[in-house]
Amino acid sequence: MRHLSLTVTLVLLSILAVAGGSAAAPPAPAPAPCVCSVSAYDVPDDGGGAIAVSWELATTTISPAVTRFEVLRYAAGEEPASIGEAPPRDSGFVDADADHGRTYQYIVRTHTIDGFVDSVPSDAAIATAQWFAHGRVSSLIAVILVCGSIIFFIVRAKAGTELFIRKIPGLDAVDDAVGRATEMGRPVLYVPGIETVSEVGTLAALTILGHVAKKVAQHGTPLLVPTADPIVMTTAQEIVKQAYAEVGQSDRFDPSSVFYLTYDQFGYTAGVDGIMVRERPEAVFLLGYFAAESLILAETAHEIGAIQISGTKETSQLPFFVAACDYTLIGEEIFAASSYLSHEPVMLGSLKGQDLIKIGIVYLVVGLVILASIGYAIAPDGTSALSGALETVKQWMAGS
Amino acid sequence: MKRTVPLVITFLTGFFLIVAFFIPHEPFGELEQRLLVWFAIVSGFTMLLGVDNLIRSHAKRIARTDTGWGHSIALLVGLVVTVVVGAIGFARFGSPFHMQSPFMFVYTYVIVPLQGTMFALLAFFIASASYRAFRARNTIATLLLVSAIIVMLGRVPIGAAISDFFPAAQEWIMDVPQLAAKRGIQIGAALGAVSMSLRIILGIERSYLS
Repeated sequence: MRHLSLTVTLVLLSILAVAGGSAAAPPAPAPAPCVCSVSAYDVPDDGGGAIAVSWELATTTISPAVTRFEVLRYAAGEEPASIGEAPPRDSGFVDADADHGRTYQYIVRTHTIDGFVDSVPSDAAIATAQWFAHGRVSSLIAVILVCGSIIFFIVRAKAGTELFIRKIPGLDAVDDAVGRATEMGRPVLYVPGIETVSEVGTLAALTILGHVAKKVAQHGTPLLVPTADPIVMTTAQEIVKQAYAEVGQSDRFDPSSVFYLTYDQFGYTAGVDGIMVRERPEAVFLLGYFAAESLILAETAHEIGAIQISGTKETSQLPFFVAACDYTLIGEEIFAASSYLSHEPVMLGSLKGQDLIKIGIVYLVVGLVILASIGYAIAPDGTSALSGALETVKQWMAGS
Repeated sequence: MKRTVPLVITFLTGFFLIVAFFIPHEPFGELEQRLLVWFAIVSGFTMLLGVDNLIRSHAKRIARTDTGWGHSIALLVGLVVTVVVGAIGFARFGSPFHMQSPFMFVYTYVIVPLQGTMFALLAFFIASASYRAFRARNTIATLLLVSAIIVMLGRVPIGAAISDFFPAAQEWIMDVPQLAAKRGIQIGAALGAVSMSLRIILGIERSYLS
């Protein structure tokens, strides 16, 4: 009996010892987070001065003990010095301050809550500048094709080849709109958008302004051009002045007809709306770059009963113009306007060249869609050679 | 000469910017950024031109007591007050954009509400424009009306409550015909922009020069 009670006591003591021991023992240390390999290489397709550093971890999962990575750099005869940090999830860093042509090595220091561990140094890397951006080969080919096609048709037009261009109702209506304003004795309001001249849509609007100003000058109709940018204002003033001079009406040009309102988007909108309501123009041109104010302007022009001719390349604003305006120049039509209105063969030649490229793009898209469809019909999981070819083309076009 | 020099400058600038896109090496690599800095500096100075034009045209209107000359007084007073409170903010806080600056008070309680008011008008204009656009006058307008109803119903919970057809149909309309048309317009516009830029670079398009 004594033996039994002793045995039970010992067993209980053993169990307690094991239980107590497991509770009191320190937690097993987290696996030491270690950067197992660091590579450094020159950043491709850049102007030099940058080296990319990337690293791999010894474990696939990042220990929560890792707080940050610190990147250290050194050149021959130098001590490693910190050049930046990366969060625990990152596995790369770009050293954008590397001296051109100098050899560097990198160490990635893994900081944990307990301290830090240094990696072995990377191989040597040198920052160099490239003379050609290899990732932009597809863009270069596109530029050569597009520019080549346009220049080819310009040269052909210069040689006297007759070129056909389809009717653009919005541009044909320009003369009618100015004529109606003249008959009604009301002004023409020309709004060249809210952007500056660096926006190609604004440039297109300014080229159309020249034509409208000539018509206005011929008919003696008042013209109002409120602008949202001082450079646009100065350019528009010169264009209108020149248009009046070309039709022999220089003395009728009023410099105050082209004026600056404000750079603020909705301040400009309020100003133009106010002009519409007060001056009651008979023809309103909304051409150039527009954003949220497009419908506010177009609807106000509709409210006062004016003919509205609008145009923009912004696809987000086109539905508003189409819904609210009498005529809308959609996308490329605004860029074709100056060529269309001038009727100069050389200008029309450029339109022909751009149309040829457009046809080429249509054929390319249709061809790729057919190939992709066949490819996915053969192997719905996208493993067929045709699907692979499509992916290759997509990646090449994206420049990767 | 008056036209030749700007044309040469335009050609050289356009040509070198195209070249710089493909050559990252100095001196081409940072050409675009450098020119953008120049442009920002020039734009900053031209703002003075704009302010000068604004003051002159409205002062003239007030002097001639043209129609709406009272609005011109309001504009000039607003301009002067904004400049003054900006200067006070700069003098007292080191920056007019300091949160306690009187300029920020004007910005927060005058400019922002006015901008918000103009933007809010859009809701009413969308309603009136939609009413006109969605009238079923012909086949195309009817198609637009039907598409709009499906898209609008498909994007609100009540559409899904009525039928699963609406969310699925709106997704198809937005992802297939809508996107196809949008991309077609974008490709055309991009080509048009390239064509126009080329005309400007080559000096064929000169109407902007005058």
